Amino acid sequence: MYPENFRYTKEHEWVAAVGDAGTIGITDHAQQGLGDIVYVDLPKVGTHIEQGKSLGSVESVKAVSDIYSPVSGGITQINQTLAEKPEMLNSDPHGAAWLVKIKLSAPAELAGLMSAAEYEAYIGAEK
Amino acid sequence: MVDFGGWDMPVQYSGIIDEHLAVRRSVGLFDVSHMGEIEIRGRQAAELTDFVTTNSVRKLKQGQAHYSGLLYDHGGFVDDILVHKVADDHFFLCVNASNQGKDFEHIRQQNRFDASVEFSSDRYSQLAIQGPKAQATLQKLTPVDLGSIKYYWFTDGQVSGTPARIARTGYTGEDGFEIYAPPSEAVRLWNEVLRAGEEFGIKPCGLGARNTLRLEAKMALYGHEIDASISPLEADLGWIVKLDKGDFVGRASLLKQKESGIKRKLVGFEMRGRGIGRDGYEVYLEGAPAGWVTSGSPAPSLNKNIGLCYLPTEQAQPGKTIQIMIRNQPVDAVTVETPFYKRAK
Repeated sequence: MYPENFRYTKEHEWVAAVGDAGTIGITDHAQQGLGDIVYVDLPKVGTHIEQGKSLGSVESVKAVSDIYSPVSGGITQINQTLAEKPEMLNSDPHGAAWLVKIKLSAPAELAGLMSAAEYEAYIGAEK
Repeated sequence: MVDFGGWDMPVQYSGIIDEHLAVRRSVGLFDVSHMGEIEIRGRQAAELTDFVTTNSVRKLKQGQAHYSGLLYDHGGFVDDILVHKVADDHFFLCVNASNQGKDFEHIRQQNRFDASVEFSSDRYSQLAIQGPKAQATLQKLTPVDLGSIKYYWFTDGQVSGTPARIARTGYTGEDGFEIYAPPSEAVRLWNEVLRAGEEFGIKPCGLGARNTLRLEAKMALYGHEIDASISPLEADLGWIVKLDKGDFVGRASLLKQKESGIKRKLVGFEMRGRGIGRDGYEVYLEGAPAGWVTSGSPAPSLNKNIGLCYLPTEQAQPGKTIQIMIRNQPVDAVTVETPFYKRAK
């Protein structure tokens, strides 16, 4: 369920990185909790974001939730498709519904995030 | 699951939009056992009920129910409730879960009549079967001829062999029933109703869909459209206030409000810009803060983002352009006629 090559946060974001090129999204557990997603707000390309700071927000029928950046870096690309099809976040949160691409400024931060097994144990305990 | 006034309740089962549309198109089942029940009995049960509520209890016939308000002396809401007339000397009140304790105390304090007030929430579970296929679903489980129960009437009968109060009421803007039965039977009844509704594609529904359905139908939610600081006249609920019925708690304040005019009023809006105006967001008129949003959500049946807000009375009419502050950005909306959704009858 949770890809082995991703790293995970307690706030239910994931990051997949190759060298300093990262992709960020929200987890399947997050989309389940949020329910039907109707809006996704993302930062502009070029924005620098610090780890743990707000990257944008996702809005479901029920509520608005902040997305916190799992790593620090500069936004290189945003997933434009989500503006038109926010519901993709409900169907493919680990794949086509990635949120942003980021150039990591501190790749060492990755080591502080959870592995897939750790994340699964974490959400298991949360229930 | 979320904590809702001390009750552990599901926000959604299959998804808010899916559940919402099931109720509009076919049928949905809600467990609303958290709702409170208070029973007023005795020779002067009608007098006490009439004195603590805003609607006219004397107009109710046996087996009939109505929506009403429980007010403080200053005219604000203690709660909004359903009053069922079981008999001349017996009234059955369905009240909000989180208000039930204070409702009971409030009614008891006002009781200078020959009547008893009983807190009976523990004796009832409540299931709501809502949607155009609600009758066809429930009819399979009861010998009561449901077709003979009119909207906002009820009857005592049996559902799946269990004694139950069957009311044609609801909080969705759709036709449907609310059944009150012993808690020991609740789980079995829940499963029986789901089985009976299977052929219609019945969906179990959570608090999320309950909220979007009631909002489309412009039904008030305590803590949002109404609370202790809001009067029924401000909440556009003048129709449940019968000032000419005789004295009742809050009447003097409402009379005064009616004479001097209310300062603010509830009005519906639709978003024009991108975003959803949600509970607590500020509303601006011509660049100045003028009110606040009480509820806001996507409306799954209408494909719009809708909401309710308080505005100065003279501005609280359809067709006004307003701005709602969504995360520090003003976003355009327009006030509209309500209800947003009305079922075809």
